[in-house]
Amino acid sequence: MTALLRAEDLRKSYQVGRGGLFRRARRFNAVDGVSLTLNRGETLGVVGESGCGKSTLSRLVLGLSPHDSGEITFDGAPLPDEGSDDWRHLRRRMQLVYQDAAGALDPRQSIGTQIAEPLKIHNLPPERAEQALADVGLPQAMAARHPHELSGGQLQRVVIARALTLEPELMVMDEPVSALDVSIQAQIVNLIQDLQQARGMAYLFVSHDLSIVHHVADRVAVMYLGQVVEEAPKAAFYTRALHPYSKALLAAVPVPDPATRGRAAPRIGDPPNPAAPPTGCRFHPRCPHATEQCRVEAPALRDFGGRRAACHRIEELSQ
Amino acid sequence: MTWILLKLLRALVTMGLVLTFVFFVLRLSGDPTLVLLPDDVDQATREFYRAKWGLDAPLWEQYTSYLRALLQGDFGISFRNNIDAFQVVWDRVPKTALLGGTAIAIALLIGMPLGVLAAVYRDSWLDRTVMSIAVFGFSMPNFFLGILLILIFSLKLRVLPSSGSGTWAHLIMPAATLGTGFAAQIARYTRSSMIDVLSKPYMRTARSKGAGLTRRVSQHALPNASVPVVTILGIKVGEMLGWAVVTETVFAWPGIGRLLTSAVASRDLAVVQCIMILLAFTMVAANMVVDLVYGWLDPRVRVGARAQA
Repeated sequence: MTALLRAEDLRKSYQVGRGGLFRRARRFNAVDGVSLTLNRGETLGVVGESGCGKSTLSRLVLGLSPHDSGEITFDGAPLPDEGSDDWRHLRRRMQLVYQDAAGALDPRQSIGTQIAEPLKIHNLPPERAEQALADVGLPQAMAARHPHELSGGQLQRVVIARALTLEPELMVMDEPVSALDVSIQAQIVNLIQDLQQARGMAYLFVSHDLSIVHHVADRVAVMYLGQVVEEAPKAAFYTRALHPYSKALLAAVPVPDPATRGRAAPRIGDPPNPAAPPTGCRFHPRCPHATEQCRVEAPALRDFGGRRAACHRIEELSQ
Repeated sequence: MTWILLKLLRALVTMGLVLTFVFFVLRLSGDPTLVLLPDDVDQATREFYRAKWGLDAPLWEQYTSYLRALLQGDFGISFRNNIDAFQVVWDRVPKTALLGGTAIAIALLIGMPLGVLAAVYRDSWLDRTVMSIAVFGFSMPNFFLGILLILIFSLKLRVLPSSGSGTWAHLIMPAATLGTGFAAQIARYTRSSMIDVLSKPYMRTARSKGAGLTRRVSQHALPNASVPVVTILGIKVGEMLGWAVVTETVFAWPGIGRLLTSAVASRDLAVVQCIMILLAFTMVAANMVVDLVYGWLDPRVRVGARAQA
């Protein structure tokens, strides 16, 4: 079976500031050699600190911004150029939901108009809009309202409904619940999971919240400064992460149990400037296990018992 | 409803302040009989006209009787030609409305599309060209542009009349003179407003839905970007009336503006007062129209108004 989505050594850099007369503009590699696959109906959770390139990655795989090098294939075919007929047609198959639901909706148009817009663009039956509204658990009366009249959770449901109208095979969810109250988060996460079960969509679920990813993902990829440092099935990852960075992330997740109060997460400090990443292993300045080799040589992402990790010392550390 | 009433009340206060200010400034600026009557008239005749125009009474009394007359719709008598001041002014309104309306149409029809293009193709040669022309357009003083146009099209090429208002050909140069500066400003406001909207997340989601550039601009970007532009347009209408005075003088266009300059010069108090009231009314009305249009353009404002009521 071919994977629905496959990224191979994907790279994307942005210019930082302007170049001067005597100074070249600095570039910062937001995504720096990322390879991953996503199968049909599967959820891949992508986690990492802010600035690690998660959101850039989500835009790249949707073909919403061009990548510098590497390859993205969707359903076995490379992503077409933006603006071409193929690209437009592909919009029906992949959709985006992201954090800022209020910003993702046009303040001047009614909810109904906005949910129906993708159908209009792609000449699809307009009845799907009502269906989509029902599918996300919103009353039909909501269609006449404007975005400012809805709550944050309702807005995110609207954004999801709009994406659903096209019946996509891939949904990229970029921090879909991060801006919501915890009680609403649970509702939206459940909705997202129910929709996946009913429709068999694949999710690329980008989040900084490890507990939510634990809830929704089948596999987890950890990103650090534009690179994937570990990728593993969910159960394996949460029971025993391999990479020291993954361990640090997991240790930082608050545990809702007063008994564990005394156990403070190891402090690893702030992430380095992504525009000037450290030499060798990018994690070495913050890694408690770093050796001379780590400072000099960048570790490759290696297979290790059904999972992948980029660390020189996994063998020893997994003992 | 309360909202509308409050706006009306505020408008009335504005008008009241304007007419009070104009009334006193004009009285302080000199005796009209000195300007309107020949230098060699005797004191008795002078006193006769003072009494006739009500200028012999104390200032405070003049003011109250002026207000009383105004409330009855009486704007006074034009000193110069002894007829109803309002009639004198009203006869000129269509000409200024035609000139101003055409200038606004030019400003919108040229300024908005150029601003949209500049924003969509931001930082391209197109953007730079449009913005250079815009800077030129609004730095160019109105009277100078008018004289320049007369020089080129009337004196050199002899294709357009330099003054008067008889035909459509007469309208072209004054309207272009008045409209150019505003087209340039509208282009700049449209551009920055569009750039702001184009960076909004819903523009990205529109792209991810597969909406083409035309659809994204016409359905999402322009409607949202036009909200601040419309607001500015309301303020600009008042500013435009000011410039109309200059333009009408340059092109001898028989509108309110030229009437105002001549009425001020000859201390025709009733006419000046009437024009000022009319201008203030136009500005206030323009702003109210903008408020209403704003509510139609931006549903959030509409709800705010409903909540206040």
